[in-house]
Amino acid sequence: MSKIDYKKITLDGLWGNNQALVALLGLCPLLAVTNTLINGLGLGLATTLVLLLSNISISMIRNMIRSEIRLPVFVMIIASFVTAVELLMNAYLHELHKILGIFIPLIVTNCAIIGRAEAFASRNPISASAVDGIAIGLGFTMALVVLGGLRELIGQGTLLEGAHFLFGEEARAWQLSLGADYEGVLLVILPPGAFLGLGLMIALKNLIDKKIAKNMSIVAANPDNNQAAVRN
Amino acid sequence: MTRIIFQKKWLPAVLSGLLLGIFAIIGSSLVGISYEETIDKIRDNERKYLLRQMTVILPKNVYDNNLLKDVIKISAPRLSNKASINIYRARKGNEDIAIIFSPVTANGYSGDIDILIGVYKTGELAGVRILKHKETPGLGDKIEEKRDPWITSFTNKSLSSPGVDNWKVKRDGGEFDQFTGATITPRAVVLSVKKTLQYFNQNQDTLFSKPSGDSKI
Repeated sequence: MSKIDYKKITLDGLWGNNQALVALLGLCPLLAVTNTLINGLGLGLATTLVLLLSNISISMIRNMIRSEIRLPVFVMIIASFVTAVELLMNAYLHELHKILGIFIPLIVTNCAIIGRAEAFASRNPISASAVDGIAIGLGFTMALVVLGGLRELIGQGTLLEGAHFLFGEEARAWQLSLGADYEGVLLVILPPGAFLGLGLMIALKNLIDKKIAKNMSIVAANPDNNQAAVRN
Repeated sequence: MTRIIFQKKWLPAVLSGLLLGIFAIIGSSLVGISYEETIDKIRDNERKYLLRQMTVILPKNVYDNNLLKDVIKISAPRLSNKASINIYRARKGNEDIAIIFSPVTANGYSGDIDILIGVYKTGELAGVRILKHKETPGLGDKIEEKRDPWITSFTNKSLSSPGVDNWKVKRDGGEFDQFTGATITPRAVVLSVKKTLQYFNQNQDTLFSKPSGDSKI
């Protein structure tokens, strides 16, 4: 097997193949919990942990399972890890668990996880699968955090509300506010706001990608341009 | 039977089944172990969470018993759409002080609203708080204390002040404010508190005297 390109795996997970912004997977939790930054971060980290564990274990058993029972086995592994993570969160991050509620068990249904199991972990060695799990998870978390932060800031005029759920009591002071006079924008808090925000984020990502591609092609095309100029 | 299983064409299916079974066992052991490891901590969290909510509506210095131990379960369909609700009794020495109800109302705008209602022995409200709800963010969620002081307007109210007929939101001709854009949610909360007070007035003696059964959580 050729050498594993960890850098490419990482960049793909975080940006090039970002599960939320490019593959458009896992949108149900993405849209539902991103009313504050901390909620997004909490669910993102839980998803990342599940992805890491499931990728590692599926990669470990990838040569043992027969192809016809592959999917049921993946689902079973993922569901077990999700339940374990849910119990752990309930025990150690109780208030956050209360807020995220049903969306933690619903990590099972996040297509991004079984997608990575099928498309990556079942075909690659353990180390590469672990890196892929973390990169994909953090890419997803990033999207959740940005969307959650935007909606929280515009929608209710605060940022980092509930940070103490995740980081302990002293984090209570981290909360920023636009002041009590800020009325808030209801639309942004309600579900349509999540769709609009996600749409804008996808558009922005495509714009950035286009810029990068353009810059690269200018660099690559420069010698030709010079020649063309000479010919004219 | 054994002959069928060992026929060659069945072998892959049997192997797959066995493999699937093995993974099912591994998976459920993982869940089982994490459950065993966390369940005590989770129960403890639930207990602390509830106690913290109770301390908000009933100051710690007015009672000296363990609220979470002095509990009865009642089934009162008029109060709550749950099969039974927990009733916590606060006492100081031998004296009855207050009762905390935890009704659930389905009259809100979307889904159940879990409420915590503290009533002093005199029939006066110690306080009301919302434990859980799914009301519209920005409109109905003003019933939460951290979003709006509205919920504190119940404190010290009783059925005689403002009289039974005034236990409505202002739009219905009563005493309590509604929110701009959201009447159904506060109406549901006011109604639930009113019913709880009426229930308390009718059953006060039995509620205090019934021997307690340990609460599940």
